[in-house]
Amino acid sequence: MSEHIVSPKIYIAIFAALMLGTGITVWAAFQNFHQFNIVIALVIATIKATLVVLYFMHARYSSKRTQLVIVCSVFWLAIMLALTLTDYTTRSHETQPGVSHLARPAASHLFRV
Amino acid sequence: MHRTGELYGQFQTLEQQKESATLGMWIFLVTEVLFFGGLFLTYTINRRTFSTAFGIGSNTLDITLGAGNTVVLIMSSLTMAMAVWSAQVGKKKLVCIFLIATLGLGTVFLGVKAIEYKQKFDHHLIPGRSFDMKYHPANPMAGDDLKELALEKKEVDEAFAVDPDINFHGQLYFSLYFGMTGLHALHMIVGAGLLLWLIKGSFAGRFTPQYNTPVEVVGLYWHFVDIVWIYLFPLLYLIHRHR
Repeated sequence: MSEHIVSPKIYIAIFAALMLGTGITVWAAFQNFHQFNIVIALVIATIKATLVVLYFMHARYSSKRTQLVIVCSVFWLAIMLALTLTDYTTRSHETQPGVSHLARPAASHLFRV
Repeated sequence: MHRTGELYGQFQTLEQQKESATLGMWIFLVTEVLFFGGLFLTYTINRRTFSTAFGIGSNTLDITLGAGNTVVLIMSSLTMAMAVWSAQVGKKKLVCIFLIATLGLGTVFLGVKAIEYKQKFDHHLIPGRSFDMKYHPANPMAGDDLKELALEKKEVDEAFAVDPDINFHGQLYFSLYFGMTGLHALHMIVGAGLLLWLIKGSFAGRFTPQYNTPVEVVGLYWHFVDIVWIYLFPLLYLIHRHR
């Protein structure tokens, strides 16, 4: 098994795609897509991250074992995010700013408002 | 430990050694994903709960510096990838050049970050006694557009009228801003140290098509730090930019 050498052409193409992604992210942030602004930003960021992992970090040409480790990291991150957020998003009393008892720190008199 | 050239005794071939090293780096990066993941989770929960304060806080950041830094960091990832390629095809001089370019771009990133942190001190945006988001002079993107500026001021005033606690929640945003960008910057500083070590090795001509594992492995780390910034930039700088 000889190692795979990724050519500079591919690197430059990926770089161009990443630049384009950055441009689109900034442009999209100034448009009003209502609740989809954050979705668009995260989808573009994830596409960019995937390109970096696959090509700059050579994941596409790595051994199956290494690829398994990479997939595991995403999987465990997903577990952490999903399980925690299902808890938080179902506690309605915390979504109202200024209403929650957690909103004001116990030592609030120490700070200037 | 027994060692023949660059091959350590416990491995049979350089290829096997490299495979082990990259796998080890990836396992380290898994722990890093979960480490930063915890911060992103904290950010998500607080942004969801205190979205107005997070929006106002985000609008005080300088988007030009943020976007510029994104470009600089992605460029440094490109030069890092090119350094790996140069080593793989045996162009020893190019390895030096690309590694130095990567270090240079990384330093530019940290310099811009320092300028941004200084601005936060000037604008009373450091969490603590003198924190005041209302004080911030203007959304830098508004520039000389007075109408835009007035709109921005009006929006901030209205938000403060509705929720006087907004400065508390703004401090949460800025604590996360400094925590996340600070931890990211710390990783950049560690990366810069690793690059210095690589540059020393590249001047000695250590990296060849047969042996370039250190360049490859530090490259993985450097690209990971780039990925963290790819998420940090939209999440911290681009909240509520539209009207």
